[in-house]
This record gives sequence, C-alpha cells and structure tokens, in this order.
Amino acid sequence: MLASAQVNLSGVWSSRLDEDFPDRLAGPELGDYGGLPINAADRLRATSWNASLITLPEYQCRVHPSDYAASFADIRMWEDRDRDTQELVAIHIHHFAWATERTIWMDGRPHPPDYALHTAMGFSTGKWDGDILTVTTTHLKEGWARRNGVARSDRATVTEHFIRHGDDLTWVIVVNDPVYFTEPLFRSRDYVFNATGQIAPYPCESVTEIIRPKGQIPHYLPNTNPFLKEYQVNHGIPEQAAMGGAETMYPEYKQKIATMPKPGGAK
Amino acid sequence: MKTLFLAAVFGAATFAQEGPVPGNLANTEIHVLPAQGNVYMLVGAGGNIAVQVGHDGALIVDTQYAQLADKILAAIKKVSDRPLRYIVNTHYHADHIGGNEPLRKAGATIAGGNVAGDLGAAASEGAQIIAHDNVAKRMTAPTGQQAPTPTGAWPTDTFIDDEKKLWFNGEGIEIIHLPNAHTDGDSIVFFRRSDVIATGDLFTTTDYPVIDVAAGGTINGFINGVNRILDLVITVYGQEGGTMIIPGHGRLSDAGDLINYREMITIIRDRVQDMVKKGMTLEQVKAAKPTFDYDPLYGSNPRWTPDMFVEAVYKTLKK
Ligand SMILES: [Zn+2]
Repeated sequence: MLASAQVNLSGVWSSRLDEDFPDRLAGPELGDYGGLPINAADRLRATSWNASLITLPEYQCRVHPSDYAASFADIRMWEDRDRDTQELVAIHIHHFAWATERTIWMDGRPHPPDYALHTAMGFSTGKWDGDILTVTTTHLKEGWARRNGVARSDRATVTEHFIRHGDDLTWVIVVNDPVYFTEPLFRSRDYVFNATGQIAPYPCESVTEIIRPKGQIPHYLPNTNPFLKEYQVNHGIPEQAAMGGAETMYPEYKQKIATMPKPGGAK
Repeated sequence: MKTLFLAAVFGAATFAQEGPVPGNLANTEIHVLPAQGNVYMLVGAGGNIAVQVGHDGALIVDTQYAQLADKILAAIKKVSDRPLRYIVNTHYHADHIGGNEPLRKAGATIAGGNVAGDLGAAASEGAQIIAHDNVAKRMTAPTGQQAPTPTGAWPTDTFIDDEKKLWFNGEGIEIIHLPNAHTDGDSIVFFRRSDVIATGDLFTTTDYPVIDVAAGGTINGFINGVNRILDLVITVYGQEGGTMIIPGHGRLSDAGDLINYREMITIIRDRVQDMVKKGMTLEQVKAAKPTFDYDPLYGSNPRWTPDMFVEAVYKTLKK
C-alpha cells in the first residue's frame, strides 16, 4: 500500500552554508568546544587531539560520518521503488564530500544485530511523520561532534528529520551519544533544490606526507596542548565557555558569559 | 608434532578477562554472520570464532567453550556440510580453547599428501589443532604434573617461528605469530583470498587490551601486533571496506575500528610512558587516570578494569 502524504525528496540539493559557518567551510578553531553537550571524558579526548593526526596516511581520506556530512556541499537524493507495486524500498543520499552514500531503508526491515559491522554512514531506517521523513541511524563508527578533535562515539544513535517546503529542505540532526554527551546534540542544515545540479567526483588518495617512526600517533599529553588559549584570547571567550558542555548550548548562557572574567590578554 | 615441555607451571588457563562472564551457557545461542568471501564469524560466549569453508572442509579459529561444542557444530553445519578439518588457536585462554577437545573429536584430518608425515597416530583422532608452540606449552605440563587442560584439547600441530602457511579451500592462509602481545603465544589468521583477518584478543571492540603479563604479554608487543595487522589491511576508501576483521570479542570490524583502537592504546601507552619517565609510582599513575577519556567506552568490565590495564602497561614498560 502506498503511504499517503509523502513528499518527493529526489534531486540535487545545494547546501546553504550560512548556518554555523565557522564550523563548516572555514573549519572550527582549535579549542572551541562551545555549544557541544560533551562530558569531561570527551573534553580530554578533544584537548589531547593534535591536528597532525590527519596527516597520517590512514586518516587522510577518513570520511565525514553521516551525522556530520550534512555540514558540507551538495547532495543528491533518489528513491528505490518496487517496479510492480511502486512501494518505496529505500531513499539514498550521495554527498559530494568524500563521495559517501547512504541508504535509508523504508521497507520496515529491522536494524542488524549488535555484532554486525559499524560504518561511517551507519544503518538507517526511515518512516514518514506526515510530510516529514524521520530517520533512525545505528551502527555508526566513531566520528566527531566537531572536526577539531571532539569525539562522537560508536555507540551513538542519530535521529534525523527531512522537512521539505517547496524548494527548501531543512535537515535536522539529533545525535544521542551515551558515551560522550550529557544531552542530545541538535544541528540543522538548509538546502535549496537545484534543478540543474551536478555532483562532481571526489577522489582521495593517501600519501606519506611526513616520515615518522612506525606507529607514532600525534597527540598532546594531558595539560600540554599549547593551542587551547588562542581561541579564548582572540575572541574574548572565557575558558569555561570555550570548553563546552550542555549548558553552553543554550541562549541564556550568553548572560552567564557576560559575568565571567575575560581570558588574560583578551582583545 | 614437537615434544612439549614446560619451563614453569602455568596455572592461568582459566585467564579469560574479556567478554561476558561464562556462567550458565544453556541459553547461549551461536549466531552466524558472513564476514567476507568464504569466511563467517560465529558469535556466542567467549571469543569469536572464524569459520572458513569450502570443498576441502571447514577450518575454525578458536573454539569458545566445551559446553557450546554441539551448538558450534550446528552453526558450522549451516554454512558447510563438509568435515571440520582444522582448528587454529589464537592463544591459550580458556574462552578461546575450551571447545578444542569435543570439536576436534567431531572433525576429521586429511591424511595424505604433504601433511601425512606430520600426523602419525593423530590422523585418526579428528581435526588437527594448530597453534604456536607457546600455546601448547601453556596447555600442557611436564611428565608427572597435572596439565591445565585435557590431552585431547592440546595442539597437534605447533610452530615455533613467525608464521605457518596453509593452503585450504582454494586460498592461502597465513597464521602469523605476534610476539609478547596479549600473551607470548598469539597468532592472527589471515585468509588471503577472502581478505579476512581473525585477530584473537589482539583486538576487541569491547575492552581495554588485555595484557596477560604472567604469560608474557606486554604493551609494546601489543601495539606492534596491532600495527602489524594494520599493515595487512587494505581499505576501499578512507578507513572502510576491503579487509574485514574478526575481533577476539565484539563486533565484526574493518580498518576504521582497528585504527581507532590503535590510537587509543598508543595514546594511553604514551601517557603512562611519560609518567614512568617522571619517576611516578604505580599508585601515582593510577591516580592520574591516564585512561580517563576512554573509560566510558572500555572501562566497565569488572574483570579487566582500567586500573588493571594501567598496571599491566606500567609493569611491562618498567621492565
Ligand atoms: Zn584472551
């Protein structure tokens, strides 16, 4: 039976990069964890992270996980329908960035058992809430809440909502991470339908950029990261706010920041 | 088969810090998950089992517990109607060798060709059990002493060097010894055509690396072992696909999971190494919580706690 009130999401959608811009094309600054509901364990992961890590060949082509991929560039969405019944079997998304592809199963199949493979895209199933496509994703590989070292664990689950109004698409992403978050992380991203849109390939080849002793992993020992103050000083952000936590996600936190001492040397 | 002797009495055959506690196994189910090519992963209690099948029969890596042998055989039947020919043990821990005796009995050796000369009387006694010589040493005992495992569970085909190679079911299989890692007898099994690696306890997705210090395990041997496995892995793109990895415990994996695990172990080793250099005592190192950021992921196993892991790292770095 055809479900009623479905919208068609097929086509190329162009990413509007206005929301959370520094987190997106420009890239987040080192030591900016504000607005992320992280716990103390994740904060240590983040402050230990050394950007040189991504010069290791095995990290160079690491793709953005599906809950972060919406932050970049255009996407193509298309449907698989059963030829005879025209029932919707799956919806696919191709991201320009790293050419990753997702399948959102719409045929009611269960998620795999806990001993099955985890992937960067995870395993997704969808259902229609009226005109809104709601997607549940499990079996994710470890990823990141922000690409400056803030980890999102492989035990996270993600709920997404795809909301189409005419040629506008709002994609809401809710990440629950029982390991590293104390509250869900909400993100939204805006796209515009692109009737002539084409998506280019995204080849990636790893090369040795720096000769290192075998097995060496760049990281900072606790309390030795020299870059954590830069963001605080350059933007006048108190350390407590820069270090993130659920409280820093909410608008009223701005009033609290106003009462905190500015970091030493702030402009 | 080589002569087995023991330099010391090893009472640690029940050492099984990983995975769920083996309690009543009556309700344990054995699940079969295709890994890739001719290789499947069997999940039950104890260490994961890899099964490779084909015209020549079945080869399994590790055997979980004796009480599960019938269920394991039934699971193998689901993917092969040919006899069980080989058992490979990745190491001597009870949760990986427990089913050796009944599974061996249920199998049948290929007698003839280039293996006949090795077998002697063993040829009629079921499947061959292949392991590194140090596994055999820890499962047996010198004459007159009580062995920690029954004779029928003992390896029948041991090797003392870095690697044993086998051609079975149309593919080359490398059994690669990684010295002084989880124990002193660890092997990984690389199925070259299927492109699957069974790692034993050199990699799990559930726990901190278990270092059986009394059995020759060391943190640096462990890290070297993990790096060796990564050398064998080829991905499709980024960190994913290509070579599939069956861990000792936990879920089916690929390079990305092993890369994250390698990152975790290396960072914790570096932190403890730095503390050792500063002259900190074991108690001071434990108090500094060098595993703090990974504890929500790996720190909830009461039989292999963060403190036990830190102690093993500290002790083997101090050596
Ligand atoms: Zn073990």
